[in-house]
Amino acid sequence: MANEVCFRNMDLDRPWRLEQYRSRGGYEVLTRILQEKMPPTEIIEEVKASGLRGRGGAGFPTGLKWSFISRNAPGQKYVVCNSDEGEPGTFKDRDILRYNPHQLIEGMIIAGYAIGATQGYNYIRGEFWEPYERFEAALEDAREAGFLGTDLFGSGFDFELYCHLGGGAYICGEETALLESIEGKKGQPRYKPPFPAYFGLYGRPTIINNTESLASIPVILEKGGEWFRDLGVENSGGAKLFSISGNINNPGVFEIPMGTPFSELLEMAGGMKEGSRLKAVIPGGSSSPIIPGEQMMELTMDYDAITRAGSMLGSGAVIVLDDSNCMVKVLERMSYFYYEESCGQCTPCREGTGWLYRVVHRIEHGQGRPEDLALLDDVAGKIAGRTICALGDAAALPVQGMLKHFRDEFEYHIEHKRCMVG
Amino acid sequence: MGFRNAPMSSIEPIQGKGELFSPEVRARIDTWVAKYPDGWNQSAVMAALRIVQEDNGGFLTQDLMDQVAAYLEMPPIAVYEVATFYSMYELKPVGQHKICVCTNVSCMINGSDKIVEHMEKKLGIKLGETTEDGRFTLKEVECLGACGGAPMFQIDTKYYENLTPELVDSIVDGLE
Ligand SMILES: Cc1cc2nc3c(=O)[nH]c(=O)nc-3n(C[C@H](O)[C@H](O)[C@H](O)COP(=O)(O)O)c2cc1C
Ligand code: SF4
Ligand code: FES
Repeated sequence: MANEVCFRNMDLDRPWRLEQYRSRGGYEVLTRILQEKMPPTEIIEEVKASGLRGRGGAGFPTGLKWSFISRNAPGQKYVVCNSDEGEPGTFKDRDILRYNPHQLIEGMIIAGYAIGATQGYNYIRGEFWEPYERFEAALEDAREAGFLGTDLFGSGFDFELYCHLGGGAYICGEETALLESIEGKKGQPRYKPPFPAYFGLYGRPTIINNTESLASIPVILEKGGEWFRDLGVENSGGAKLFSISGNINNPGVFEIPMGTPFSELLEMAGGMKEGSRLKAVIPGGSSSPIIPGEQMMELTMDYDAITRAGSMLGSGAVIVLDDSNCMVKVLERMSYFYYEESCGQCTPCREGTGWLYRVVHRIEHGQGRPEDLALLDDVAGKIAGRTICALGDAAALPVQGMLKHFRDEFEYHIEHKRCMVG
Repeated sequence: MGFRNAPMSSIEPIQGKGELFSPEVRARIDTWVAKYPDGWNQSAVMAALRIVQEDNGGFLTQDLMDQVAAYLEMPPIAVYEVATFYSMYELKPVGQHKICVCTNVSCMINGSDKIVEHMEKKLGIKLGETTEDGRFTLKEVECLGACGGAPMFQIDTKYYENLTPELVDSIVDGLE
């Protein structure tokens, strides 16, 4: 049941090579689409039927996003891939770039064909130098094999694909900040609307999708939307890559069907480190609210289950914490991150993230005041929903989650000026 | 629609573009310029700054930023904005090797504190500093997307994962 989509070639020797990818059926579906001149609407319908939801964090249905582009609008359109992978805990897109770059390339070409775009960019975070070089080499091979360029397979369809390297700014993972960054500016998110489908890169209609979303496309079209959807559960079609890290024996990226029990994922990841007990789990990247361990052990890994538990599946980045961890310290580190990475455009985010960090910092360092928890609640509540982009919410949610489930640890810290744990 | 995004272009015509930088640096920048639509040279600003920084031993000066601006026909201020916004650009001299230690949550709960402590002792500097001999700069960074190998750091372009103090010693001692 595992490794059928983005990891379908993972068992091969040097799986990133073109011939290895082709030995698993790679580029077959693209070739067929081009040779048969498959109607673009059919492709979009198939993606819709697959139930694929954006793997970058927001979970927006990919087929629906593609259908927002008016294919016949004149002028250039763009396909942009988001390989900025910056959400703490997430490390799956790096594996796609390193081990299966061709499937991403194939997915992007198909996306271009479907929306009528002849140019794509893959935005790779600047620190990913080695994955970037791997991807560039794959682009060369794809070009040589005739998958990039003009009049592909006599279809009359042209497609060119380039990389853009980031410069170390988490905010550039936000789709409109990413577009600004490709345009050679500071990565500051744009107001929406207008949405990228209407006014995107260089002001042109653009679809922007996560690496994993785009890399899933070739398999969806090869095996059918229904096949993909049925791998998963209701509202969560397909299989997904989960990055699991923390106090566990065998951290890594696992491709498993949506709806797999968390307990099974934990087992695949080698279980808790010896002598440690599961305390809590951050289920979908550092901006998703924490879930206590016992509750998590009853949950399945899909959008609905994690949402019902008051959190988010996000990018599928699972951080497992054992009982040696002080939650105040964990939250302090997360709050520092959002404070550091806020782009500074909106006052509630710029000022609020600083407040959150300073207050959690003083609690952690024995200077907490009795009114601090109310202050945190208040500040977090005043950021959420009042900003240009979702980084504001991303900073507020972990605070709210921690105070909901581990308030006693914060109270203890304030009262005793030290930690409850060890 | 009240929303415009034309490229920012420099006010004064630029002369002597062909004399800026070395021919190799120019050629490298030009391959990036070619990836973007006509008139959008500025899309190559991030790449140009990266290339020029590397060519200059790891950091940028105002003079270099001005040259990038001239080369891409952008206002200098637009280049400064980019160079100060992204954390991978250095505006002060750095060591021959830049060591970027991740201390975000997955690394932290797997002992990144100990790695930082060990490095600080070994190199005799604190986070954010450069050794006197100019060999190393130690920098704290946010999640590098390699949490499965926590704790980890990046030295120059390469990632090193599952670090222990012993492993850190052998990696750092093995550098040129
Ligand atoms: C602060 C912030 C950071 C983000 N970082 C990433 C990222 O690193 N990678 C990513 O794919 N999406 C990221 N996103 C989500 C993108 O804005 C966007 O929703 C996504 O790329 C769309 O692709 P998808 O629908 O295929 O998921 C981020 C969003 C926010 C608000
Ligand atoms: S919410 Fe924060 S990161 Fe997002 S645009 Fe506003 S200030 Fe920038
Ligand atoms: S937390 Fe260190 S690499 Fe992600």
